Amino acid sequence: MEPIINVEYITIFSSELYKIVFILVPVLVSVALVVWLDRRIWGAVQKRKGPNVVGPFGLLQTVADALKYIFKEIIIPASSDKAIFILAPVVTMTLALVAWAVIPFSNELVLADINVGILYLFAVSSLGVYGIIMGGWASNSKYPFLGAIRSAAQMVSYEVSLGIIIINVLLCVGSLNLKDIVNAQQDLWYVIPLFPMFVVFFISALAETNRPPFDLPEAEAELVSGYQTEYSGMMYAMFWLGEYANILLMCAMGSILFLGGWLPPLDVYPINIIPAPIWMILKILFLFFLFALVKAIVPRYRYDQLMRLGWKIFLPFSLFYLVLTASFLFYFDKLPTKLF
Amino acid sequence: MTIIRFLKTIFLMEFVVALWMAIKEIFKAKKTINYPYEKGSLSPRFRGEHALRRYPSGEERCIACKLCEAVCPAQAITIESTERDDGSRKTTRYDIDMLKCIYCGLCQESCPVDAIVQGPNFEFATETREELYYNKEKLLDNGDRWEEVLAKNIRLDKPYR
Repeated sequence: MEPIINVEYITIFSSELYKIVFILVPVLVSVALVVWLDRRIWGAVQKRKGPNVVGPFGLLQTVADALKYIFKEIIIPASSDKAIFILAPVVTMTLALVAWAVIPFSNELVLADINVGILYLFAVSSLGVYGIIMGGWASNSKYPFLGAIRSAAQMVSYEVSLGIIIINVLLCVGSLNLKDIVNAQQDLWYVIPLFPMFVVFFISALAETNRPPFDLPEAEAELVSGYQTEYSGMMYAMFWLGEYANILLMCAMGSILFLGGWLPPLDVYPINIIPAPIWMILKILFLFFLFALVKAIVPRYRYDQLMRLGWKIFLPFSLFYLVLTASFLFYFDKLPTKLF
Repeated sequence: MTIIRFLKTIFLMEFVVALWMAIKEIFKAKKTINYPYEKGSLSPRFRGEHALRRYPSGEERCIACKLCEAVCPAQAITIESTERDDGSRKTTRYDIDMLKCIYCGLCQESCPVDAIVQGPNFEFATETREELYYNKEKLLDNGDRWEEVLAKNIRLDKPYR
């Protein structure tokens, strides 16, 4: 007779599952902190104080908000497609969290060290649009639908140039593994030779995560709040959590691709004593700081301007830079893998 | 000109300038205050919660002339009066519906004896509507509680009336 609980499961749990908890809990906590940081920075730029009452410096503001959301009633519109309506925020949040599996925080600290890490990351962040489309469609209401359509078009458009930017980096690395990408930047962070691409990546990341100036899907002046209009309570909070997890993910991606991941800026004594994950977190925070600043300073794009920027400027420009990078690497014989 | 503009667009000059400006703004003094803990200053003319004042002897100031009731544009004030044994006219009822009131300050201006005044208190939110139907008792109580500030505000505002 077989035992009810297979010993193997316990082994798997003790050896693998705790790692997931160790990555998910810090990510969720940092999402909460980052929402607070975002609001504080936004307030500071506008010379306001921002949330500073709940907990020290208002650090627990997000926790208070989350608690409030938990106790709110979840309203499901009568005419909505209920199953999809409920599934949409779940999909958004799951996809935002699942991507963190491949993010390396140091040479050893990585949950899944797969050899197509960047491809996986790109695929999962592209899937994120499904949550939004499902939410907008299942709501069966005007504004969510328009918001979802806008969001789909916007995310698909900017993903194209984002993909080409990633190819730029991959050409220099010669590997899809995120650890290899970081380790290839030992001598020179890619932000220096590929600076224009870094800028384009940053702007595309803003569009990918529906942040201002590309927050058309939830443009409150015209669409109430886009695909989130019909959502309430914890389901709304999940959208919101997923959104910020996505923003953090984009920041992590940017720091891995361009800012040398966990590598210290200079490999000299007092600086390289700081542990690798700290550097990674600092770089993510730096990028997030820029994200938050941009939110405070820019007005929203018009929809046709957004599309023009994506297709007519970023796509040709990143393609041109790709050719430039490839030619440079080929001419100076610096390709990571030998062709001939 | 167009070349300069083109270069500015290419190098995202406006954007960089704005970013720099935003970073500078962060370190400037804040324009907002920690509201429940620190409060902004109020003018002596501030028209907040109503109060009925008394003379130092404890006698009500109100003489039931009903000017405030007549002038009130929202018709929020209801007064009933009677003649007291000593021959003076006093109110038996003085109600203000704080939900109807538009805080215009006309009652305060019309009052010949400075009985009905609007004090500096604006934090009198309640959980039910009923609590905002103020009666004479509540208004006199307000007057007693805020008398110091009310008298000071009237004194400060005197030269301008």
